[in-house]
Amino acid sequence: MSTATIQIETRHDPEDAVRKALAAGTPPARAGALSTVLTFGWRGMLKIKHVPEQLLDVTLTPVLIVFLFTYMFGGAIAGSTGEYLQYLLPGMLVMSLLFSTVYSGVGLNTDATNGVVDRFRSLPIPRPSPLIGAVLGDSVRYLVGASVIVGVGMALGYRPEAGLVGIVMAVALVVAFAFGLSWFFAAVGLLMRAPRAVSAAGSMALFPLVFLSNVFVEPETLPGWLEAFVDVSPISHLASAARALMAGTVPGLELTVSLGTAALLTAIFAPLTTYLYHRN
Amino acid sequence: MSAFSTLAIEASGLKKSFGTSRAVCGVDLAVPRGSVYGILGPNGAGKTTTIRILATLVRPDAGEARVLGHDVVRDADAVRGAISLTGQLASVDEELTGEENLILLGRLLGFRHGRAKARAAELLDAFDLVEAAGRLVKGYSGGMRRRLDIAASIIVTPELMFLDEPTTGLDPRSRNQLWDIVRALAAGGTTILLSTQYLEEADQLADEIAVIDHGRVIAEGTPRQLKASVGSGALHVRLLDADRRADAAHILSRTLAADVHVEPDAAALSAPGADADQAAEAIGELSRAGIGVATFSLGQPTLDEVFLALTGDRTEQEEATDVMTATERNAA
Repeated sequence: MSTATIQIETRHDPEDAVRKALAAGTPPARAGALSTVLTFGWRGMLKIKHVPEQLLDVTLTPVLIVFLFTYMFGGAIAGSTGEYLQYLLPGMLVMSLLFSTVYSGVGLNTDATNGVVDRFRSLPIPRPSPLIGAVLGDSVRYLVGASVIVGVGMALGYRPEAGLVGIVMAVALVVAFAFGLSWFFAAVGLLMRAPRAVSAAGSMALFPLVFLSNVFVEPETLPGWLEAFVDVSPISHLASAARALMAGTVPGLELTVSLGTAALLTAIFAPLTTYLYHRN
Repeated sequence: MSAFSTLAIEASGLKKSFGTSRAVCGVDLAVPRGSVYGILGPNGAGKTTTIRILATLVRPDAGEARVLGHDVVRDADAVRGAISLTGQLASVDEELTGEENLILLGRLLGFRHGRAKARAAELLDAFDLVEAAGRLVKGYSGGMRRRLDIAASIIVTPELMFLDEPTTGLDPRSRNQLWDIVRALAAGGTTILLSTQYLEEADQLADEIAVIDHGRVIAEGTPRQLKASVGSGALHVRLLDADRRADAAHILSRTLAADVHVEPDAAALSAPGADADQAAEAIGELSRAGIGVATFSLGQPTLDEVFLALTGDRTEQEEATDVMTATERNAA
C-alpha cells in the first residue's frame, strides 16, 4: 500500500518578513545638516568607485595636452621644453580642474532624469544638502585630477620653487575656484535636457576661455585687442596666482580676483541651483 | 475624535497647470488614517501630479491639502518627516548597489553608518534582495527595483506611504509579490495612497477608490460600490470552430438578453452584463447546441468599462486595456 505524502515546502513568508521589517523601523533623531551634506558627498565617492572611468576623461586629456604642448611647442614658445613646462604646468592644473567642473552639471542632470531626486526631495533634510554634498564630492575629484597633473609634471621635470607648500597652496586655490565654477555648471545641468548636452556645452564654453588666457602663452605676444581680453579673464588671474604660489612669490590682485570670482559664482549659482533642483 | 485626527489626507480644490496643460483641476480627497486608498485613472489623468502635490514635490496653484494634519505648502518639512514616496520612476539610485541605496537613505534619515548598514541588511532580507545586494541597481529587473524602492520607503516606518503606479510594467509574478507586500504594509497600520491604471489592482488592495479623469475626481467609493455602478463584467467565449460564431452569438444574445460583440479573433465573442449564473447557463446552451467552447471567462469590468460607464466616453487607454483583457482571456 502506498502512502501519498504531501510535502509542504516551508518557505520564506514575504508578508511576515515585511511586517517584521516594518515594525523594526523606529525613527532615529533627524540627521544634522552637516551629516546629510557629508552623506551626499559619500554618494559621489561611491559613484567614482563604481565607474572609475569617469575620472579618465578629466585627468587623461590634460596629461596629453601637457605632453603635446611641452614637446611639440615648448621649444618654439619658450626656447626649450624644460623652460616651457615650468610656465605651462600651473596653467594645466587650472585647465584640468576647470574641465572637471562640467561634471557637476552632468551628474545633476543624470539625477534629474532619474526618479531618485523625487526621493531626496521628499526626505526631511535641509534643502541645499543634496547639492552642497554633490559639489563637495566633486571637489575630491578635483584633488585627484590635481595630483595626477602635478605628478606628471614633476616626472617630466617640473620643479616648483616654493616646493610642496607652494603646490598645496596652488592646488587649494584652484580647487576653491573650481568649487565656485561647479555651481555654475550645476545650474546649467539642471536647465539642460540631457547629460550629453551639458558636457558638450561645458566643453564648448571652456575651451575658448582657457585658450584665451595666459595658460599657454605670455599675453605680451598677442595682438593688443586680444591681450586686453586675456588680461581681464579670471582664468588668467587664476593661472597667474597659481604660478605665483608655486614659484614662491606672493600673488596680490590675482589672488583677490580668483577668490572673489569663486565667491561670486557660489553666491549667485548655489541658491539658483537649489531653487532649480526643488522647483516643480 | 475630530476629523483632523481621523483623516491622513484632506485635500480640497487642488489645481495645478504646467504651461498650458492643466494637470489637476480641482481635486478633493479625504483619506482615512490606516486605510489603503486607491487613485484610479488612465495615463495623464492627474494621478502623479496629485501625489506629487501631497508629497510636497509640487506646489499647487490653488487649493489646500493637509497631510497628517500638516499643510503641504506651509509646513512641508513636517509632512516630509512623516511620509515616504515611491515614485513612478523607481526612486532609487541606479548607479549604486541595492545595499548602498539603503545605507545612503538610512543615513539621510538620521541613522549612523553602522545602524544604517544593519537596517539595510534587515530590509534586503525581508524583500528577498540579499543576493542582489552588492549589484548595481542598473542591472535589476523591474520587480527587484520596485521591491528595493519600497524597502527604501520603510527604512523608517512612515505614517503615510505614497505608491505611484507600483506595478506598471511588471510581470504577473512580480505584480503578485508586490501586492503581498502592500497588504503587509497595510496590515502593519501604515496608511497607503496608491495610484493605478488597473481596476483589478485597486480592487485587490484598496479600501476606497477615487476615479480620476482629466484632473478631476469623477467617482469615489469602495471597490464594491464602484463595480456595482458599472454593472457586472463581460462573458468572453472562444469557440473551437470559428464557423459556428454566428450561431453562438445568436444563442448568447438570447440567453443573456445582451448585445453580443464579435472580437477581432474570428473564434471569439463577448457579451457584457453577465453574472456567474447567467454565464453558466449560456455556456450550457452552447454545449447543448453542439457548439464547442475552447475557453471562456467571466471578466471583471475593465477600467475601460468603468470609464465608459462613468463618463460615457471611451478612454484614451482603450488600446492598453484591450491588450490587458486579451491577456486575461488567454490566461483563462
